[in-house]
Amino acid sequence: MSSRALNLLTSDPRRLRRVRLEATAKKAAMYLLLILLAVPFVFPFWWMVSSAFKQPAEIFAYPPTLLPSSFSFNNFIDVFNYQPFARHYFNSLLIAAAVTIGTLFVSSLAGYGFARIKFPGKTVLFIMLLSALMLPSEVTIIPNFFFMKSLNLTNTHIPLIVIPIFGAQGVIGTFMVRQFFLSLPREIEEAGLLDGASRWGLFWHIALPIARPVLAGLSILAFLYSWNLFLEPLVFIDDINLYTLPLSLRNYNDVYGAPLWHLQLTATTMAVVPVLIVYVIGQRQIIDSFASSGVKG
Amino acid sequence: MLPHLSNKQRETLWGYLFIAPQTIGFLLLIVVPLLTIFVFSTEDRNLLTGQVVPVGLENFRVILQEDVMFRRVLTNTLTFTAGVVPLNIALALFLASLLSQKLRGITIFRVLFFSPVVTSAVAWAIVWRFMLQGDQGTVNQVLQLVGVEGPNWLRRPEWAMFSVIVTLVIKNVGLNTIILLSALTNLPNEYREAAHVDGATRWQVFRKITLPLLAPTLLFVTVITVIGSLKVFDHIMLMTAGGPANATMVLVYYIYYQAFQFFETGYASALAVILFVIALGLTIGQWLLRGRAYDE
Repeated sequence: MSSRALNLLTSDPRRLRRVRLEATAKKAAMYLLLILLAVPFVFPFWWMVSSAFKQPAEIFAYPPTLLPSSFSFNNFIDVFNYQPFARHYFNSLLIAAAVTIGTLFVSSLAGYGFARIKFPGKTVLFIMLLSALMLPSEVTIIPNFFFMKSLNLTNTHIPLIVIPIFGAQGVIGTFMVRQFFLSLPREIEEAGLLDGASRWGLFWHIALPIARPVLAGLSILAFLYSWNLFLEPLVFIDDINLYTLPLSLRNYNDVYGAPLWHLQLTATTMAVVPVLIVYVIGQRQIIDSFASSGVKG
Repeated sequence: MLPHLSNKQRETLWGYLFIAPQTIGFLLLIVVPLLTIFVFSTEDRNLLTGQVVPVGLENFRVILQEDVMFRRVLTNTLTFTAGVVPLNIALALFLASLLSQKLRGITIFRVLFFSPVVTSAVAWAIVWRFMLQGDQGTVNQVLQLVGVEGPNWLRRPEWAMFSVIVTLVIKNVGLNTIILLSALTNLPNEYREAAHVDGATRWQVFRKITLPLLAPTLLFVTVITVIGSLKVFDHIMLMTAGGPANATMVLVYYIYYQAFQFFETGYASALAVILFVIALGLTIGQWLLRGRAYDE
């Protein structure tokens, strides 16, 4: 609203009061709408966590209880007795850490190379890489399975590490790092060039430290991608000791294959809540990283 | 080091060294498999016995002419996509315009709407599957409190597709929301203000000014959402496993099923070729549309 219009309104006190009242009512309606809309986004998490603390019988109590009638930690012990859940947790952590480090290494090198170094064939190579983004990884999973099998790497964690690093997820990383360096003035590095530093020196001592924010965002994306990966573990892993969390969570079933809900929900809580905590703490940066990786067009 | 190289040659060498890991990995894990899939698609290739028989285009003939299931799968995939895309985009647009209001604490809602995006599809599916059970499911218990008897959402063919669509939209809509939100906040304000001064209603401003300005972003989120819906797998496998009575059997799940349950990897590769062609067609279509949008 322009200041002239505002002056017109504020000249009459009765009118002013009405405008203010309307504004407050509007605001209240907006909040109410937002809260109602948020329910299907938030309630599943609430329900998952509160069920984890319930006794198995209370999970299906009618009417449903929003909070457990008495907090029980039994489920949190039983998830470890049913299958090697700690092992699965550790596998997921290890693989996600390896994917993160690998992606940082590969993508920062390639992203820097594509942004800063002149060499023949650069544009063609980069466009080829980008075209991988539209290729669903589901298309290449069968040949990759045979490829890994021929190297005796099925039923190991290697495919779960290398496919994300070099596949579409890694290409997104390369793209993010390249965009970052393209938006950065070259002068910063030229000082180093005059000092006679090599390309590697420039990259390692000057470029990488500046790129810290984009690398942080990239780490989060790579870690989450690996942590949540499902199809690849499902295809490549048989041995229950090598399971990752997504395979583990769906594995809490009775002998007839029906889900043991109290265990599934507890294990899911344990897999999801740490991620949510980190997400809430770093929400601004995390949401921005997703946005910048999404707006690649 | 290497004194006989000119500066330019040295620079070229560094360039190749920097991009080498990414490029080699890309060739081995994406380009070669992509080419291989075309070869596999012309073979009868059993995963268990390891037997490989070249069959030419037989797989494609069977898929297109005989495979009744494929027709079902295609219809399901289209239904799924036709459900997810408009719902997702409309909701994302609505949420983005709500979140662009200047209200105290609005960031909290941004964080809430986005939280399912960072959550694993498996976790999300497990919780919703729990809540959507027939008589003991939370959703139906809540409905019962207000006197409505809900169906067995995931076990009734007429409700299963609806249920997987809605739960997937809730999971993913946050991503499109923030993409649209950042486009909205970056829009030039002058046109909208001018229209307000000229007495246009909010809806008119939205229809005639905001929406056209958002068109490129809308096209982009539409394409990524379409491609995302075409390759849905985790969510379907965990919610319904393609059931009941194949009501939610979609393309990628069918590929997985043929390759790793039936061990027909040649046939599955032919299906994957079809998925690839569809994704390629959509991407090219987007480029063409986009070119036109910029020309105008």
